[in-house]
Amino acid sequence: MLLLLAPLMLLAMAPPAGAVGTLCLPTATTACIAGTVRSDAGVVPNVKLTVTDPSGTAQEVVTGDDGRWNVQVSKEGAYKIALQEDTLPDNVAVSGANEVTVQAKFNATAPALIPVRTSTYVSSTSKVDELIQSSASGLRLGLLLALASIGLSLIYGTTGLSNFAHAEQVTLGGILGYFVVNVHGLNLWLGGLLVIVLCGFTGWFQDRVMWQPLRRRGLGLTQLMIVTIGLSLAMQYTFQYTVGARTVRVVQDNPTVRTIGPITLTNQSFVAMGISIVVIAAVGFALLRTRIGRATRAVSDNPALAAASGIDVDRVIRLVWTVAMALAGLSGLLYALVTNGIKWDSGLQILLLLFAAVTLGGLGTAFGALVGSLIIGLVVELSPVLGMPGDFKYATALLILILLLLVRPQGLLGRPERVG
Amino acid sequence: MDTIQAILNSMLREAISPQTAAVAIAAIGLNVHFGFTGLLNIGQSGFMLLGAYGFAISIGHGLPLIVGVLLGFAAALVFALVLGAPTLKLRGDYLAIVTISAAEIIRYVGRSALLTDFTGAAQGLQGVSYRTPFTNLSFFGDGDSTLSPFNIYDIAGGAVWVRLVGWLALAACIAGIVLLVKAGRARPTVARRASRDAGGRLTPAAGTESRADLGADARQVTAVSAPVRRMGIGALIALSVFLLFFLMPTSYQDTGVSGWWVRFVAWLLVAVCLLVVYLLVRSPWGRLLRGIREDEDAIRSLGKNVFAIKMQALIIGGLFGALGGMLYVLPASVQPDSMGRSLTFFCYTALLLGGAATIFGPVLGAVIFYAARIMIKGVANAYIPDSIMNGQQTEQFSFIVVGVALMLIVIFRPQGILGNKRELRFNV
Amino acid sequence: MSESTVARSDLADPATRQALMAGVDATPGSAKPDSILVVDNIVRQFGGITAVDVSHLEVQRGIITALIGPNGAGKTTFFNLITGFDKPSSAKTGAHWSFDGATLDKTSASSVAKAGMVRTFQLTKALSRMTVMDNMMLGAQGQAGENLLKCVFKPLWSGQEKAIEEKAKELLQRFKLLEKKDDYAGSLSGGQRKLLEMARALMSDPKMIMLDEPMAGVNPALTQSLLGHIQSLRDDGTTVLFVEHDMHVVRHISDWVAVMAEGRLVAEGPADTVMSDTAVIDAYLGAHHDTDLGDDALLSDQAMVEIQQEVAAEQAEREEEA
Repeated sequence: MLLLLAPLMLLAMAPPAGAVGTLCLPTATTACIAGTVRSDAGVVPNVKLTVTDPSGTAQEVVTGDDGRWNVQVSKEGAYKIALQEDTLPDNVAVSGANEVTVQAKFNATAPALIPVRTSTYVSSTSKVDELIQSSASGLRLGLLLALASIGLSLIYGTTGLSNFAHAEQVTLGGILGYFVVNVHGLNLWLGGLLVIVLCGFTGWFQDRVMWQPLRRRGLGLTQLMIVTIGLSLAMQYTFQYTVGARTVRVVQDNPTVRTIGPITLTNQSFVAMGISIVVIAAVGFALLRTRIGRATRAVSDNPALAAASGIDVDRVIRLVWTVAMALAGLSGLLYALVTNGIKWDSGLQILLLLFAAVTLGGLGTAFGALVGSLIIGLVVELSPVLGMPGDFKYATALLILILLLLVRPQGLLGRPERVG
Repeated sequence: MDTIQAILNSMLREAISPQTAAVAIAAIGLNVHFGFTGLLNIGQSGFMLLGAYGFAISIGHGLPLIVGVLLGFAAALVFALVLGAPTLKLRGDYLAIVTISAAEIIRYVGRSALLTDFTGAAQGLQGVSYRTPFTNLSFFGDGDSTLSPFNIYDIAGGAVWVRLVGWLALAACIAGIVLLVKAGRARPTVARRASRDAGGRLTPAAGTESRADLGADARQVTAVSAPVRRMGIGALIALSVFLLFFLMPTSYQDTGVSGWWVRFVAWLLVAVCLLVVYLLVRSPWGRLLRGIREDEDAIRSLGKNVFAIKMQALIIGGLFGALGGMLYVLPASVQPDSMGRSLTFFCYTALLLGGAATIFGPVLGAVIFYAARIMIKGVANAYIPDSIMNGQQTEQFSFIVVGVALMLIVIFRPQGILGNKRELRFNV
Repeated sequence: MSESTVARSDLADPATRQALMAGVDATPGSAKPDSILVVDNIVRQFGGITAVDVSHLEVQRGIITALIGPNGAGKTTFFNLITGFDKPSSAKTGAHWSFDGATLDKTSASSVAKAGMVRTFQLTKALSRMTVMDNMMLGAQGQAGENLLKCVFKPLWSGQEKAIEEKAKELLQRFKLLEKKDDYAGSLSGGQRKLLEMARALMSDPKMIMLDEPMAGVNPALTQSLLGHIQSLRDDGTTVLFVEHDMHVVRHISDWVAVMAEGRLVAEGPADTVMSDTAVIDAYLGAHHDTDLGDDALLSDQAMVEIQQEVAAEQAEREEEA
C-alpha cells in the first residue's frame, strides 16, 4: 500500500506542467529522464508522452518548443516512456516502437529517445536507399582511414614498426586545424595546407631526433613499439592539456548539406572524399612510377638488399615518416571537418580501425591498407543497417579481422612469409 | 613543511591503496606474458574489465562471492582462448593488435545501452551492488586504526628533528638494501662477458681466463654470505616499512568501503601471486617460457608444443589480470571508461619501471608509479600557480609525464630497477 | 630392411659403409637398402619462383648424407619443409614424406622433432640470454616439469631434472663446453654456438639429426672438431643429414652425397663420383667451369660479391623474423 502511495504523493507534489521547459537537475535522491522528439524535419513541440514508473503509476509530459521534455523522478528503476501518437502532427509518425524503457538512477539523467519521422522521409528511405546512404558514409570513412593507414603501413613496411602513436598524429591534424583555422582565422584551404606541412614536419622531426637515432642504437622493435605507446599517451594528454576534453571544430559555421540521388552528405564530405581520392591516387602513382617510390617498395621488400643495391635506406625512411605523418594530419583534418569536430581521444577511437584495416589488407602493403580501410569503413557504417546494434559496429570490424586471421593470416594482399 | 608532509602522506596512501595492489597484480600477469614469454599483450585492461564484470555482475545477481570470483576468472579464460587461437601462431605484432582492439571492444560492449541491465552501460556498476559479501568476510571489526600506532607524533610531538632523524634512517635503510642487492649481483662475470660478445665472434683465450677467475672469486664471496644477505635485506625492508608508517601515520576504517580489510586482502593476494609466479618460473615450464621468448623456432625444433605453452602463458597472465580487475573495482565501482587503454599502459609502465622478467619488479614498479604520479600532481598543485597550470591540468600533466617516462625507461633503462640488463631481451 | 641386416656398430667401419652403399645407383632419387627418410613430390613456391621441386629422395639409415648445392639451390627451404617449419605448395597435390615409417605430411615442427628427427639452423638459434645449461636442459624430451599442472610442485620433477642435468653435463663434456655451462649462450663464439646447438639437439636422443650448414661461420680450428663430432655421432648409430656448400668438408666425411640445384635434385652418389659428375659441375659452378671443385681460388671477387649479397639477404630475413 505504501509502495502504491509513494508515487502518487510524488505526482501530487510534482506538477506535470513543471516538467516542460525547465531544466531537470538530478540530485542524490532524484533522477531525471529526458529526451528530445526530433524528426528529420526538425524538433516536434507539443507532443505528449506517458512516463510509467516501476510500480505502474503513469504521468504525462509534453515537449516544449525546442522539442525537449524531461521528468524528475524520486525512485530508481525501470521507467516506460510511451509516445502518444495522436499528439504528433499529421505528417509525422513514430518510425520504430513508440515505447522505450530506461533505467533511472539517482544523480543521473537517463536519456530516452523515441525516433519519429515525417511521412516524406519514410517514403524516401527504403532499405536500398538506406544501404546506399550508409555505403557512401562507409566509403567516406574508408577513404579517411586509408589516408592514415597507408602511412601506417608504409612505416611498418620500411621499418617493421607498428606505430601506436599514429592515431594521435591523426588527432594532431584536427587539433592543429582548430588552432590555425578556427582560432587564428586563416582561410580553410591555406590553413589546411599549413596543417599538413606542420604534420609532415613532425614526422621529419620525429625521425630525425628519435627514430633514426634509436634505430642506430639497435633498439629492438618491441622496445620501439613501447616507445610509440608512451608517445601516444604523452600526445593524448598534451592535447587534453591544451584544448581540454571538449570537442573542437575546425570551422565555425555549420556545414551545408547536399543531396545527390539517394545520398545526402555535407558539402565538406564530398570535398573530403574528392581530396582523399586524389591524394591516395597520387601516393599510389608515386609508389609505382617514381624512382623514390620504387626505392620505398624495395626497402619494404628487403632493407639489406636495398641498401646493398645503393639505395639510401635512411633517406627513404625519413621520407616515409614525413609523408606518413602529413597523410595522417590530412586525414585528421578531414575527419574533423566531416564529423564536425575532433576531441583529444578521437584518434584513440580510430586506432583500432586503422590497425584492423592494415592487418586486414596485409601488414606492410600500402595497397592492402587501402583495400582494408575501405572494407573496414564499409563494415562499420553498414553493420547497423544490416541489423547489428549500433554499439557493436566496431566489434563487427574486429570480428571480421579475427576471422580473417584464422583463414588468411597474411591479410588480403600480403604474401605468405618464409620461416626458418 | 606541512605541504610536504601532506604530499608525502598522500603518496604513501596511494602506494598502499588496494588499486595499486590491483595494478601490481595485473602487472604480474603482464610479466608472465611479456617479461617471461615475450607475448606482447596490449589488452591487459580487457582481462581486468572482464574479471571485474564477471565478479560484479554475478554477485549483483545474488550469486555467492566464490562463484563471482570463479566467473570472473572464467571470462578471462575464454577471452584468452579467443584471442590466442588466431594469433599465437603468427608474428608477435598480430597479438598486440588483436589484444588492444579486443580490450577496446570489451569496453564498447560494456558501455552498450543494450546491456544496461547487466553492465550498467556507460554509468557502470556501483560498488554497493557487489561489495557486501566481501566486507562481510572481514574479521577486522568496526572502528578506525592508525598505522603505525607508535609514530612521530609520540616523540616530541613530531618535531622537525624527529622527522629528520626518521627520514635519514629510512634513507640509510634503503641504501643498505640497494648495497646488499648489488652485492648479490656481483656474480655475473657472465653478464659482463655476454655484453662484450653478444656479437658472437671469437673471444681471446687470455681474456676469458682472467674473467673466469674473477667469476670464481665473486661466486665464493656470495656463497658465504647469501643467507646472511637475504636475512639482512628482509630485516631492512621490514624496518623501512615500519619507518614509513612511523613517519607518515596513516589511518583508515578497519573494514569500511576502502579500509584496512580490503588493503590487507589486496596485499595478501599480491604476495600469493608473487609466490605462484616464483613457483612457475623457476620450474622447467618457466624455462620453456624464457626459451620461447628467446627463439620460438629453436624451441619448436626441440619438440616442444610452442603454441600450447604460449596459450598457457596467455591464460595464466590473463587470470592474474582478471584478479587485478576484481580487486581494482572492489573499493570503487566498475567504470568501463576508467579501465581502458590507459590502464594497460599504466601496467606496462609499472612493469618496465620495476623490471620485466623479475619476480618483484611489477610490484615495486606499481608502487613507485602510483606514488610518483601523486607526487607530480601534488607538487604541481602546490607550487605551480593556477594561472599556469590549473587543477584539471595537473592531472593531465601527470599523464604526460607517465608517457614520457615510459619512453625514457624503454630507451635508457630497458631492464628497469630490478632487472638484469643481460637477461632482458625485447626483440625476440 | 632394418637394423638386423646392418648392425649399427658395423657402420662405424668405413668398409662396411662402402659395401652397403656400393650397390646403390648413383642416380638422383635412387632407392636405398634401408631408408630412414623418404620424400616424394615436394614442391615449394614463393610467389612465382619455385624454390624446391624434389620428386623423390631417400636417405639411408646410419650413415652421413650430405646435401650440397650452390647458394639458392633450395637446400634450407627443403630442410624447413621436411621438418615442418614450412608447408609445401604441393601439400594437396601429392606431396608425401615419411620418417622411419611414419608419415609426416601434416606433422607440426614440434612433432617432427618428437618423432626423432631433430634439426639445427644455419643461423644458430642458441638462446642467447639463457645459460648454456638452460639451453641444454630445454633439449630433453618428456619433462614432467614442463607440464603446467605439475611444474609448481618441485618434488614431481626434481628427480628427473637431476638426471637430465647429468646427461647435459656428459654431452657438454663431450663437446668441450662444460666449463661454460653457467655462461649465457650469447657469450659463446659462433663455433661454440654451433656445438651447443648440436649438443642440445642430442639431448633428445634423436634417430636422425639434420644439420643446416654446421660449418658456416665457424673458425677453422673448430671445424675439425665439429667434423669429428659429426662422425662420432654416426659411429654411435645416429643418422646424419647435413647441408653444406664447402666441398672439402663433404668429401672427407660424407658417405653419400645428394646435390641440389635450382630446387631440384640433380645428382646422387658417393662423394668422389658426384664431384666428377658434369651435371653437378654445370649446376654447381656455372661460369666457374674450369676450376677444381673444393678449390679456395673459387672465391673470385665476383663470387665474393654474390656471397656477400646473399649474406645480406639472409641477414635481412633474420631481422624480419626477429
